[in-house]
Amino acid sequence: MARVALNYIKRQSPVHELTGTTKLVFFLAWSIVSMVTFDTRVLVCMLAVGAVIFKVSKITIRDISVVLGLAAIFLLLNNLFIYLFTPEYGVEVYESRDVLFTIVGRYTVTAQQLFYHLNITLKVICVVPIALLFIACTDPSEFASSLARIGVSYRAGYAVSLALRYIPDVQREYRNISQAQQARGIDLSGKDKLLTRLKNSVAILLPLIMSSINRIEVVSNAMELRGFGKEKKRTWYMQRKLNRNDWLAIALAAAIVAVGMTVTFWDGSRFYNPFL
Amino acid sequence: MKKLSVKSVVAIGIGAALFFVLGKVAIPSPVPNTNISLQYAVEAVFATLFGPIAGVLIGFIGHTLIDATSYGPWWSWIIASAFVGLVIGLATMKLNVEEGIDSKKLIHFNVAQIVAHLLAWGLVAPVLDILIYKEPIEKLFAQGLMASVSNIITTGVVGTLLLLGYAKTVVKKGSLEKED
Repeated sequence: MARVALNYIKRQSPVHELTGTTKLVFFLAWSIVSMVTFDTRVLVCMLAVGAVIFKVSKITIRDISVVLGLAAIFLLLNNLFIYLFTPEYGVEVYESRDVLFTIVGRYTVTAQQLFYHLNITLKVICVVPIALLFIACTDPSEFASSLARIGVSYRAGYAVSLALRYIPDVQREYRNISQAQQARGIDLSGKDKLLTRLKNSVAILLPLIMSSINRIEVVSNAMELRGFGKEKKRTWYMQRKLNRNDWLAIALAAAIVAVGMTVTFWDGSRFYNPFL
Repeated sequence: MKKLSVKSVVAIGIGAALFFVLGKVAIPSPVPNTNISLQYAVEAVFATLFGPIAGVLIGFIGHTLIDATSYGPWWSWIIASAFVGLVIGLATMKLNVEEGIDSKKLIHFNVAQIVAHLLAWGLVAPVLDILIYKEPIEKLFAQGLMASVSNIITTGVVGTLLLLGYAKTVVKKGSLEKED
């Protein structure tokens, strides 16, 4: 059942000691570069830097094995479907064609297609360590203050921390309702037809939504009574000052953006094309 | 932008938590990265009850949390999720479900959700996927079609039933009658 695959893991490490703001900025910069670039050289370098940061963070592979498994399945399926739909897409992208061998019919294997798959896989893989570290090394209570620090309205930031706060509660409630309904003979396991299963899910969702709406009333009344939203700004219990390491990390992020973009667009295209 | 009311802030937070939890119990479908996902039914209902801003943020926060705890954020689909909430929220702004519900309102809700899903998965997500990941159009089209159809069915069946159930529990205006 709905198990959160990853959450905050408390350890002593330089990455944990960075403020949430630094990690948020770093993560955003990193994912922007990895989204824009299709340059293999940049992606490989980012992967290497990501691996070093991962090592420093003292999070072990075992901590994140479930997530890595999911990512691997996702990548495998995604690549498989790209190939099934367009086996010669790489030829189009890299504007040249070197057939290695043919499997059957239109399913040829070209060097360009393999290179395209390598790049699209790298693009996802190089975000994974940083995204995981961001989740695993950032205290959820600090997260809202980090959002406020980079200019997001504190109301939206507070909504995020409410979401993080209430995920376990909603999860517990979902499990309770679902078990109660199963005891009354409602089946979701997949033996029924899809439409029946959808209707059955309403038996769980309706009580869940009603209790959530109640909870919204209670929590928003409590917040209103404490004067939430009265002032333009607010202070945060978990906010810390940026120190030397934070500025170093932010400088590293800026360097990655600058170098990554320059190398990528040096020849005027997002792609690094070794075939021409 | 209008300031968010306290109630919307809380609705976004708890709505995103619901979106996250339901997203983790999704029923898989044959095309990768697309699931039969109950969270869109809940997003649609919350967007109808609490408006477009709540819809956008529930989709955005909820989907980002799902992706970030599984394989890193896939931004194009996160933005599409937020877009679904925006369109449904905007289209149902004058629906006033709190004052009772009839078949006309249900049709209105369903037209809104069909348009929202078609635009989000058939247009927004594929276009962003081409921009960001440069994936082949044929594959994106198949994915988008599959996602639209499954989300429209899920939201249509589950969302409609949820709205009906919700409306039954709300005490309507003027429901008390004076006894002679």
